[in-house]
Amino acid sequence: MLVFIFRRLLVAFSVAITVSVVSFMLLHLSGDLAISIAGPESTAAQVEQIRIDFGLDKPMVYQYFDWLWGAVQLDFGRSYYFQDTVMGLISERLPVTLTLGALALALATVIAIPLGVIAAIKQDTWIDRLALTIAVIGQAMPSFWFALTLIVIFAVNLQWLPAGGNESWQHFVLPAIALGYYAMPAMMRLTRTGMLEVLNSDYIRTARSKGLNESTVIFKHALRNAVIPVVALAAVELGFMLGGSVVIESVFSLKGLGQLGWDAITRNDYPVVQAVVLIIAVFYILLTFLADVINAMLDPRLRVR
Amino acid sequence: MSDATGSNLSKEQLLLPAVPEWRRMMNRFLGHRGLLMGSIILGLIVVLAILAPWLAPHDPYLQNISQRMIPPVWHEKGSWEHVFGTDKLGRDYLSRLLYGARISLTIGLSAALISGLIGTTLGVLAGYFGGRVDAVISYIITTRLAMPVVLVALAMSALVGGSLQMVIILLGLLLWDRFAVVARSTTQQLRDAEFIASAKVLGASTTYILVRELLPNILSALIVVMTLEMAHAILLEATLSFLGLGVQPPMPSWGLMISEGKAYMFFKPWVIAIPGIALMVLVLAINLVGDGLRDMNAPEGRN
Repeated sequence: MLVFIFRRLLVAFSVAITVSVVSFMLLHLSGDLAISIAGPESTAAQVEQIRIDFGLDKPMVYQYFDWLWGAVQLDFGRSYYFQDTVMGLISERLPVTLTLGALALALATVIAIPLGVIAAIKQDTWIDRLALTIAVIGQAMPSFWFALTLIVIFAVNLQWLPAGGNESWQHFVLPAIALGYYAMPAMMRLTRTGMLEVLNSDYIRTARSKGLNESTVIFKHALRNAVIPVVALAAVELGFMLGGSVVIESVFSLKGLGQLGWDAITRNDYPVVQAVVLIIAVFYILLTFLADVINAMLDPRLRVR
Repeated sequence: MSDATGSNLSKEQLLLPAVPEWRRMMNRFLGHRGLLMGSIILGLIVVLAILAPWLAPHDPYLQNISQRMIPPVWHEKGSWEHVFGTDKLGRDYLSRLLYGARISLTIGLSAALISGLIGTTLGVLAGYFGGRVDAVISYIITTRLAMPVVLVALAMSALVGGSLQMVIILLGLLLWDRFAVVARSTTQQLRDAEFIASAKVLGASTTYILVRELLPNILSALIVVMTLEMAHAILLEATLSFLGLGVQPPMPSWGLMISEGKAYMFFKPWVIAIPGIALMVLVLAINLVGDGLRDMNAPEGRN
């Protein structure tokens, strides 16, 4: 098990480094950063000055290692636009996004697992159809549009909740619903298929033939096994949600990491963009690593791979 | 999938040898409600998109300042002149919606084709050769999965400048991961199959085996992924355009229409409701087709 964890950790670390290289290259190859920073009305001399000021005249490999050396010490340089260090901005914004992600995931889980279980138990009834319909609609709705619709209904027409900002817990309700509905369908479907598979297995038949009552069979024997892959998926979904927070946070003007990334993109603030991309990627990598370890702990067969 | 491995005939084929293959598939197709519904809706949208120049009642780009923000026909102030009303520049909403379907479908299909080509190539190579090739490609897939797609797409299109072609290329280069994963695992399952072994014995080249023997047998699984990625690309295009970094005005992208209507949504909610529902119906139809095709491919034929 320790060997397994060590090997996975090594892979996770090298993936993080690779992501940093790729995102660095993508940004530097997509255009001339100096021109983007200087803006359309600047003269050639101004562009040249910026190139020197920001160290963009040096070879790309040098720039990368310079940046990486800072990054491993959690120093991502200064923001071009905000009057702060990149790390200061991130540590201020990260808790907001993590709160949003955790709330959305909790909401998705609380709905997805019971719904998936009921759908599996009552397979091919109207409840099953309803659950699938909810899932299919969730997968088809653009998240930003769902977010806007929530604002129109609950913030403007019913005036139950605020439309934007992050001053109180009420400000997190609508964004968490918007983000949670995005993660829910996959978890619901996995719970349902997992439950169906388990309910038709031999050991459940044995449990039933022993005369155990149905609720014991379902909750003690079936659910426990069916939920394992859902836990792993939940970790991965949280990673995706951190990435998806860019859209939701900008719609609700929630001052989190996603909105910081978006602000930085629109203002050509590349140190911030790079740091946000890397931090979201690192979270995703950590969460999938965690999911792998949980899975391996619960299912020893996976450890040999 | 049973054309190359002739031994595993299904029960129906053994019992009813008189029913031809296509009739059986047709019956399963008609028997699957989701697939049937999805295909009809998707087919309808495709026809509407192709016939947009003849069906659209107005020029989708024609501005008319005296006809701004007219409500749709079901509203008390609506009229049949503009069935879905007009936008803030007085452009006919129905016409823009019809032309917008062309943008969504073009982007969905082209991005899925590009990413399908990249992902399938990587996945087949990894699955067929295994060993070190597999290790390297699996690592590339893992790295790609760790990159936040929306953020990277936004950052890159901000630098390169948004346009229809740009969005297609960007999404094509980003959304190949699922193709690679599926192509890899299906290839692994078939790598040691008898028909591959006999092709090898007959002296077929590796290229021939991969393209002519293997690919046709994993195609049905790839088509299912294709539908999923089409839906994914359409939603991402709408997101990019909504944030102002995708398709640029005055093009009638549905995401852009929602973005332009955002300022008016509190008092005139239909300006975002109409393009949003259009997007939802299109993606829903594509997903239903995808789910249906997966059910049809499943060996037990659950329906």
